[in-house]
Amino acid sequence: MKISYYPGCTLKNNAKNFEDSALCSLKTLGVEVEELHRWNCCGTVFSLATDDLIHHVAPIRNLIRVKEAKNDSVMTLCAMCYNTLKRANERVKSDPESLQKINDFMYREDITYKADVKVLHLLEILKNDISFKKISEKISKPLNNLKVASYYGCMLVRPEGIGFDDIENPVILDELMQILGASPVDFPYKVECCGAYQTVDKPEIIVERTHAIVDSARNNGADIIIVSCPLCAFNLDHRQKETLKKYPEFKHIPVLYFTQALAIALGCPKESLRFDLHYVDPKPILKEKGLIS
Amino acid sequence: MRINISRKNIKNSFVEKIIEISGQNLLHCYQCGKCSAGCPAVSEMDILPNQIIRFAQLGLKEELLKSKSIWICASCMTCNARCPKGINIAEVIEAIRLILLRKREDHVQIEKLSDDEKTEVPPIALVSNFRKFTS
Ligand code: SF4
Ligand code: SF4
Ligand code: SF4
Ligand code: SF4
Repeated sequence: MKISYYPGCTLKNNAKNFEDSALCSLKTLGVEVEELHRWNCCGTVFSLATDDLIHHVAPIRNLIRVKEAKNDSVMTLCAMCYNTLKRANERVKSDPESLQKINDFMYREDITYKADVKVLHLLEILKNDISFKKISEKISKPLNNLKVASYYGCMLVRPEGIGFDDIENPVILDELMQILGASPVDFPYKVECCGAYQTVDKPEIIVERTHAIVDSARNNGADIIIVSCPLCAFNLDHRQKETLKKYPEFKHIPVLYFTQALAIALGCPKESLRFDLHYVDPKPILKEKGLIS
Repeated sequence: MRINISRKNIKNSFVEKIIEISGQNLLHCYQCGKCSAGCPAVSEMDILPNQIIRFAQLGLKEELLKSKSIWICASCMTCNARCPKGINIAEVIEAIRLILLRKREDHVQIEKLSDDEKTEVPPIALVSNFRKFTS
């Protein structure tokens, strides 16, 4: 059976490197995925208000699309999409009255949603369904000698019950990097927020966070930082430009999606890596380690 | 800072609104400070997360509505994850933001953002920013 895939809006432009590398990796692993038909933006952030049902309509509508595709689970890549879809789903699962209202609101949909879709993140699928063992058998270019700081941020791990790893000390990315042959480094800032959407109107806040987070990775010996969220990627990579302006002694480190590291190890062609979308060029360090030509 | 504590303030409609929107019991907080200790944004805040809860308990409406902190919080959920009393502080802060946003008092004026500010960031940043800071 094909896995239903929800891309979300940023994976189609700024984070095309995330999407292309993920899809190439899955193909190499022999997993068939199919993008949802007529998906819509999930709204990015889960509404925290008790009385704000309208903002759960967008994520729930996407879950109806999964049922239309005759599937019972959906794969996400973006950590924020994952969080929003999963939390909205949990909310209506535990609150039939809200579910009823949202269904009533979407009366033109052919399917009445029954809160029966499972929202999964690619990392869970890699670990639980495909298995890290099978991945290790398919590796053609182990990431030897590459020191990696895995950044989890917020939305992959919090709140408790939504994330699929320990909320204070997640390890799944480090485990994956180890399977790929890389060496994870200790990284105390791995679950510290990058400042998220403050990047639009208060980029000076992001400069401070990026400075602290990237410096910590460097001080622990990392060659690259690994992320799973396009907003983390933008803040930690592109905002290094403004960070350097404020802190002249600051040193750049490339930021990669975990799927790009996976794609390199699985021997995906370089077109799927899309390094042209990065601010800090990852090519020099990857060439130095003999991982790309 | 000098604060007048009164029954009237503690039971005012502003406090009731916060409790209603956030779904949190403010009186559970015993001011341990753990939320503020782990918050990555405290250096830019004027009222710290534990103080936000205390101010809300006391009904200090003006102080909360004009505080910078409610717009500095990035809903990273670190405070929620660590509160020993199970209080969702991020939800309380969202409720205070919403009290303003629902009166159309937007924090970000989209028309005032320059083209550069809008085009340099990815869609995920714009959508989340406008969801949090506009009505
Ligand atoms: S969370 Fe972001 S990337 Fe995902 S669909 Fe929504 S805005 Fe797009
Ligand atoms: S963008 Fe920041 S707030 Fe969002 S998931 Fe990434 S680290 Fe967390
Ligand atoms: S961690 Fe919880 S109990 Fe402690 S000050 Fe913060 S809100 Fe109050
Ligand atoms: S959710 Fe807001 S208040 Fe809580 S730790 Fe994060 S930034 Fe601080």
